[in-house]
Amino acid sequence: MYLGKRVNRLMVRKRSARLPIPRFGLWLFPLLFLLAFFFYPLSKILRLTFDADVFTAPENLQIAYRVTLFTFYQAGLSTLLTFFLGIPASILFSRFNFFGKPFLRALTAIPFMLPTVVVAAAFNSALSILDLQLAPLTLILLAHVFYNTTIVVRMVGGALASLDPKLEQAARSLGANSLRVWREVTFPLLRPALVAAILLVFLFDFTSFGVILLLGGGKLATLEVEIYLRVLKLPNLPLAAWLALLQLIFTLLISFLYSKINAKITTQTAPRFATARPPQTFREKIFVAAFALLLAAFFIAPLLSLPIRSFARLEADRGDRAEVRVGLTADYYKELFVNRRGSLFYVPPVQAAINSLSIAAATVLFSLTLGFPVALALSRPTRLEKILDPLIMLPLGASAVMLGLGLIVAYGRALASPIFIPIAHTLIALPFVVRALQPAIAAIPERLRQAATVLGASPFRVWQTIDLPILRRAVLTAATFAFTISLGEFGATLLLSRPELPTIPVAIARFLAQPGGLNYGQAMALSTILMALTILCILFIEKDNHA
Amino acid sequence: MKKRSLLVLVVLSFLFAACAPAAPATLTVMTHSSFAVSEDVIKTFETQNNVKVSFVQGGDAGETLNKAILAKDAPLADVLFGVDNTFLSRALSAEIFEPYAAPELEDVPDEFKLDASHQATPIDFGDVCINYDKKYFSTNQLALPNSLESLTKPEYKNLLVVENPTTSSVGLAFLLATRAHFGEDYLQYWQQLKENGVTVVDGWETAYYTNFSGSSGRGPQPLVVSYASSPAAEVIFAETPLDDAPTASILDPDTCFRQIEFAGILKGTPNQKLAEKFISFLLSAEFQNDMPLQMFVYPLNPKAVLPEAFVKYSQIPAQPAELTPEEISANRDNWLEAWTKAMQ
Repeated sequence: MYLGKRVNRLMVRKRSARLPIPRFGLWLFPLLFLLAFFFYPLSKILRLTFDADVFTAPENLQIAYRVTLFTFYQAGLSTLLTFFLGIPASILFSRFNFFGKPFLRALTAIPFMLPTVVVAAAFNSALSILDLQLAPLTLILLAHVFYNTTIVVRMVGGALASLDPKLEQAARSLGANSLRVWREVTFPLLRPALVAAILLVFLFDFTSFGVILLLGGGKLATLEVEIYLRVLKLPNLPLAAWLALLQLIFTLLISFLYSKINAKITTQTAPRFATARPPQTFREKIFVAAFALLLAAFFIAPLLSLPIRSFARLEADRGDRAEVRVGLTADYYKELFVNRRGSLFYVPPVQAAINSLSIAAATVLFSLTLGFPVALALSRPTRLEKILDPLIMLPLGASAVMLGLGLIVAYGRALASPIFIPIAHTLIALPFVVRALQPAIAAIPERLRQAATVLGASPFRVWQTIDLPILRRAVLTAATFAFTISLGEFGATLLLSRPELPTIPVAIARFLAQPGGLNYGQAMALSTILMALTILCILFIEKDNHA
Repeated sequence: MKKRSLLVLVVLSFLFAACAPAAPATLTVMTHSSFAVSEDVIKTFETQNNVKVSFVQGGDAGETLNKAILAKDAPLADVLFGVDNTFLSRALSAEIFEPYAAPELEDVPDEFKLDASHQATPIDFGDVCINYDKKYFSTNQLALPNSLESLTKPEYKNLLVVENPTTSSVGLAFLLATRAHFGEDYLQYWQQLKENGVTVVDGWETAYYTNFSGSSGRGPQPLVVSYASSPAAEVIFAETPLDDAPTASILDPDTCFRQIEFAGILKGTPNQKLAEKFISFLLSAEFQNDMPLQMFVYPLNPKAVLPEAFVKYSQIPAQPAELTPEEISANRDNWLEAWTKAMQ
């Protein structure tokens, strides 16, 4: 106990409310953005569909109760399992260097941006090779872990990598064993990032939609799935509005809980960047080898079926599949470049990639520009921030289906403009960017800033020479999230789409919408291209960031 | 710096694209995401009428219609394509369409003219039928099922995959076929299907590519609810030229359900005349000739010529199950709720 208190006394400073820019200026644009593209459309659709009578109808209460229960149940279990895999993975990536580490790290982000249909197909083919029959719920949990482990790896692993190793070393030289070091030094310092990651993973599982619909066969429903069905399939708009409100309230409560927990402590520590090293002791070697292999197996096995299938010729001759010809072929890739039917909506793969990347770049730009000031304000909170903090998280937990409809009602034809795609992506990316940046900003030692100020540096200069270099890693993490969220087309399908401007996921979905070996093969080829593109981009973004 | 200026450029170009005023003669057509057309065909219409046709898509047929209904005070487009007979009554009762009696309707067989008020114009049709994997049935020397009833026989245990009717329009069509054939007893039939190991998945993509053994996805089930035209698509989109389709449809009486697709002019359009021309164009031989290979549906214009693959590998069931749009509209939600309860 003595040791822990001492570390806290050394490292924890009372937060100062001073900021280089007036608070009003920090909040202005992010709030305007949320007002225009979140609160206004959402209130518009809720006003249009709300009906107080449905509140009390017993059958509706029953639906709400059942769906809410399942939503929390699966989200809780998924989050738990995700951290079960994610925490050791974070330690692996932040503490050790080993062969293939940057690649493996990039690999964990792949599921995040593959279309759900493709991930489900990949899962199913991996399971059929292993000859495994899994219950829908097990599949859903597995898919959530598959999708969200990257959040833990990037947020907790990122924080772990920038901890000052001197603190742990000091504790150890004072005689603490490794468990005690972890409990009294590492864990308290890690807590803000850990809590933020739990929040994001939980909210993502909480509002999970495509995975539940696809793997649950339409029988298992979360709040979001039920809202989708009640809005677009079995129209009962008042019930949908009520469920959407319910989901909003839960999100708000969860976010409040988060800010309460997070307000308790902030640790300020000068980050160091070279804490990773090759494994030395026998136990470390075993851990690194075994866990890296486990991660590789978990992430590669399902994904591998896509590139394999994209090069494999499995078509039978003469319509009889008795003699299946197996061989390698590049036909699917070649076919991607041919507009065989002269279709108006044909888009060459290079153009689809450019569309995807431009939108992703715009999303990164939008979400960082809007997210940075918010994270800055939140890192030195006043009473204003206590109120605004949970609002920032709302887009992540609010019903994407209702929001999509709200945008349609609020903006009508203008919604077909391409600008709305990165805007929609930014709404989802913003909470990630803020949560990735905020713990890092809060951790910057005030004494360094004060020293610089005393030496005559302007507020901007302080920010530039102290804050920015320390924040590099967090900014890169934030950018990676925004980028992958955009490439994965989160929620954008609920808007209106312009068929002339398809992104890669849209083009994949289009191939999978018609029968035929060539269509299937081209979908696999495009998925492979998307995977390769993603790995390259992440390796590039993180290239100096995995020391 | 270079990277940053590139980003700025990207964003600026988006902003310009967003702010640029629409050209005066643009006709916006809202469709479901399965809509496709040849470039040349649309070009012809554009040059003939000095107009630019721009498309927006709103998801599958049901989603697209529901979005159009929600936005009816400020319509999202001038023309809506792709309301089928299972949704027709909802579209009509929501009063989103402007009536227009296209002269081309004269040639369309009467059985397709379901809307006497001419708010919705029939454009094409397709049949939802059970497809089977030819090889599975030949190697196992298994006779084909020849009625809905036969699917509950033990020899077909665990062989059928269907789409959930609440989430999939193909699944809804099959549910309607069972409702049409069995009447009030349809739920008992589904109970029997369930006992016989029917697999229910969310949508056509999953059913066809993940579960169906006759597709390139090579799933476990040799029977799938798909379209009568799917075998033709298997030949057209084969990676190596095929002499015969690997799959075929079961066409016995009452096993298929016919989907008829309609288009209509959205109320409040400033381009009424152009929109009328577009509806007429959808029924013209030029567009109708193009449809089969783009969307795998059948033309309604008797002058349209079917492509060879359609003639050879796609068949039209002689007696599809039938329900009127009014019946469907009045009961669809109840049937879906009851089905969902029964299949839990």
